Amino acid sequence: MSIRIMEAAELLSLNKFNIDEEQAHIVLDKEICSRCQDKPCLLVCPAALYRLDKNGDISFDYAGCLECGTCRVMCINRGIIKWEYPRGTFGISYRYG
Amino acid sequence: MGEENQFDAIVVGAGPAGLACSYLLAKAGKAVLVIERGDAPGAKNVTGGRIYSYALNLLDKDLVDDVAWERKVSHEEIMIINGKRSITMDYHDPSLTEGDESTQSYTILRAVFDQWMADKAEEMGAMVVCGIRVDDMIQREGKVVGVIAGEDEMYAEIVIAADGVNSLMAQKAGLIPDIKKETVGVGVKEVIDLPAKTIEERFKLSQNEGSARMILGCTQGIHGGGFLYTNRESISLGCVFMPQEIVQHGIQIHDIFQELKMHPAIYRLIQDGETVEYSAHLVSEAGFQGMPARLYKEGLLLVGDSAGLVINTGYSIRGMDLALLSGIAAARAILGETDLSQIGPAYLAELEKICLLPTMRLSVGYNQLLEIPRIYSNYPQLAIGVMQRLYQVDGQIPQNFKKQVMEAINESGLTVWQMLKDGLKGVRSI
Repeated sequence: MSIRIMEAAELLSLNKFNIDEEQAHIVLDKEICSRCQDKPCLLVCPAALYRLDKNGDISFDYAGCLECGTCRVMCINRGIIKWEYPRGTFGISYRYG
Repeated sequence: MGEENQFDAIVVGAGPAGLACSYLLAKAGKAVLVIERGDAPGAKNVTGGRIYSYALNLLDKDLVDDVAWERKVSHEEIMIINGKRSITMDYHDPSLTEGDESTQSYTILRAVFDQWMADKAEEMGAMVVCGIRVDDMIQREGKVVGVIAGEDEMYAEIVIAADGVNSLMAQKAGLIPDIKKETVGVGVKEVIDLPAKTIEERFKLSQNEGSARMILGCTQGIHGGGFLYTNRESISLGCVFMPQEIVQHGIQIHDIFQELKMHPAIYRLIQDGETVEYSAHLVSEAGFQGMPARLYKEGLLLVGDSAGLVINTGYSIRGMDLALLSGIAAARAILGETDLSQIGPAYLAELEKICLLPTMRLSVGYNQLLEIPRIYSNYPQLAIGVMQRLYQVDGQIPQNFKKQVMEAINESGLTVWQMLKDGLKGVRSI
């Protein structure tokens, strides 16, 4: 496979994740998010995990999260009501870093 | 150790800062517990990156001989990009790979390096436990006396918060407020596998040599820049952005970075390679001004990224060496001070002595310089514009040099007045 522009999802598929199926480490309040005009999360998440669904609502999948914390820092309207690191052993596991 | 204390010290986070501290404490016979939330040391950590060897030398001279490094940096490169054109300056000093171990720098990968450091700390007797997330601290009468992880409570005479840039420990202790968005950059990186021989040919390296490259003008005008480091059999290519400006420009981080990968001057360095990992991490960008006002409270010390210890001068970035220094300073304070309430002030004194705080103070000017927005668009365009005119021979009567430069200045959207002001600011700030 040679070098080319890759979608975020494809890049994430190269990483090693241990997904916590029982507990989401980031939780949004959909109502706050739907009122948020800025929606910085759509741009600043390096994994592009924040998306607009067909109703214009934010949808978010914590499974590919790189745990960088950018969304937490940039969420000015506080739609992110919970941001924690995943429980021990869960989440991203960098093999190179 | 007090009666209820299970440990002399509990270190939260198995990165360079926490492990340097643990290494020295354990070496001095202290009972040290290191708690890491990743399933191995380094599993949650990302670097550009390179580490400066003087700090490892200071930690323990014996360590320097078998550091888990990738390549020794002997090529320091600065690249300026505008459109498809680019300028690369390559400063080569072959002596940097031989002789004096205290002035070298190594490219590293954190999953490898942090594991190596953890092994060394364990050899000294530290206990490194992975896969456990510390949820909170136990505080009594304003003093930190231990940590809580799930249903477990663990007590120690001192707790060291080495939990990184997004330090929830420091926040819970009330030492720092929530991170301000102006003070952090977000870095993204791909690790691209390539055979060692290919890397050596493309970067003109001998067997152990490596190169470190900073890239300016690759961020679509956004405050930030690219980086490229050669590892033994891979290349670390990445970009750092101020997230606030990402929003103002309305561009997605991932898209700008993918474009950098395909830039003709970058692509030829990585072509035929295979991306094996995509990572992202926050990095403190505010230098001395981004540091917490207080680096300790009774029973708790902040080290490494938790203490905001990063210096970005534009031509080099330092973080891991500063992390090591702070870990060393913390250990020295703990070992040298018998009065528990005085460890915090002793830590500050050690940070001064080890030259860390004086170095951080000097970073203030660089940050002012890097705040000039024109550095990220107009100036790269100007540099490329001058080169383009200088080397273009088309059979027409050439214009004199001064006129060509003026043309390039106009084209870049700068004015001589603005350049004078920026130049003055530059000279004053550094």
